[in-house]
Amino acid sequence: MKALETKNLGITFGGLKAVDGFTISIEQGQLYGLIGPNGAGKTTVFNMLTGVYKPGSGAFFLEGQPLLGKSPVEISKCGIARTFQNIRLFDKQSVLDNVKLGLHNRFPYSAISGVLRLPSYFKNEKLMDETAIELLKVFDLDGEAYTIAANLPYGKQRKLEIARALATQPKLLLLDEPAAGMNPNETAELMENIRFIRDRFKISILLIEHDMSLVSGICEEITVLNFGKILTSGKTADVLSDPEVIKAYIGE
Amino acid sequence: MSFISYLVNGVSLGGIYALIALGYTMVYGIAKMLNFAHGDVIMVGGFTVFMTMSLGGVSPAVAVLAAIIVCTLLGVTIEKVAYKPLRNATPLAVLITAIGVSYLLQNLALLIFGSNSRTFKSVVPVKAWKVNDTLTISGEAITTIVVSLVIMLALTLFINKTKIGSAMLAVSEDRGAAQLMGINVNRTISITFAIGSALAAVASVLLCSSYPQINAYTGAMPGIKAFTAAVFGGIGSIPGAMVGGILMGIIENLSRAYISSQIADAIVFSVLIIILLIKPTGIMGKKYNEKV
Repeated sequence: MKALETKNLGITFGGLKAVDGFTISIEQGQLYGLIGPNGAGKTTVFNMLTGVYKPGSGAFFLEGQPLLGKSPVEISKCGIARTFQNIRLFDKQSVLDNVKLGLHNRFPYSAISGVLRLPSYFKNEKLMDETAIELLKVFDLDGEAYTIAANLPYGKQRKLEIARALATQPKLLLLDEPAAGMNPNETAELMENIRFIRDRFKISILLIEHDMSLVSGICEEITVLNFGKILTSGKTADVLSDPEVIKAYIGE
Repeated sequence: MSFISYLVNGVSLGGIYALIALGYTMVYGIAKMLNFAHGDVIMVGGFTVFMTMSLGGVSPAVAVLAAIIVCTLLGVTIEKVAYKPLRNATPLAVLITAIGVSYLLQNLALLIFGSNSRTFKSVVPVKAWKVNDTLTISGEAITTIVVSLVIMLALTLFINKTKIGSAMLAVSEDRGAAQLMGINVNRTISITFAIGSALAAVASVLLCSSYPQINAYTGAMPGIKAFTAAVFGGIGSIPGAMVGGILMGIIENLSRAYISSQIADAIVFSVLIIILLIKPTGIMGKKYNEKV
């Protein structure tokens, strides 16, 4: 079964076809890249896959399950999680609380037991703390569990965003420009991290990236988007040497 | 000694303002709207206690419980019917709707109960405390101070220590990111309205017990003053609403005692204007520096 399949996804914003005929399929455990010039519609694809935008046409399936028309909350429960191009952590809350927010749906207890502090409240909060710390250890952030998220350095904020997304226990992780603003050393470390996450959590990853060293370094397959349409898809090395792709990126 | 008595009564009145202000500030922080119908929920709570006790003949405790249930359901219903369809509308449309709901509740109460004030029988069983010959603290004041402090403590614990409280903070910070983490924004907003309205019900019981009269406009003035208290403390901030409410009560009572009872309200609102001129975000409001 494919991890993700999209069929002819499309969306229109007031007459402008932002994305049109978007069809890809991602294998289980695959690292898949989505590249394209600025304004090509990459983030729009992410917004459709997470239910933020309702696609005007097409359909998409996570491990065979149709997700079209579901709300962001339902899609998150089904197993798609994402990070953001411009980091969107809950800045005023601690690192630990950020991860615990990702765990929100995995440890249910009612508001009533929260008010009355029934045993289920203590049990679930304890489990959430342990799970969150466990996850923070993977990213070497457990030492800063009680730091306010806004006070973390930039690179660690990016890591925390990935940890928070993983807390929702996704089957598919969407990374929106994870290497933005990183220097070559940090990018190299990030590549290791992404591979490690994929193997450790047994998930598939779809990532948007402009950094070609990262894309060619870790992505097994890529799709190039230009003006909302797929220019080409295939094995990374083949696609990146395609004259059409080079033309779209750097002109003739 | 009379100063202490004025001060205690001020803290007691302030506790009521604080409970109401919490409703304003939580809804503002999380749903980003001013719920001007909040004051009238207090009136509904008061009438619920009045009706269940005088007509139903139930005990005060049952009446208070009934008021809490009625107000909670009313708050959640108002949110579902009037505000939820306007989730993505301009703030002005939501504001006007809130004012409309406020008038609707007032006029429904006028229609059902008429315009005469009813005498409200205090539900507080605590006896007045005679400290010495010149100073006596009423049972209502003691109860109000204790109840409001306990509720504020419980609310602070709830917001900071439970995942639902944490989800509320997350929704107030970034609604979009919160729902992508699987947090149900509509449900979180409903819970916020439920908590705010339950607090308003408690405030209504305390208010009507201390000032034993009730009519269709009972909630209007305390509602406005509590809103002022929320702005005074920094709207959106929970500790701000508590501090703002208690300060408002103290200022009002002291100016009523030492300056003039006629212009006490004017003094209260002038203090608000001065505070906002000096610190526009309120006492506890955070200052945001825009990044350029």
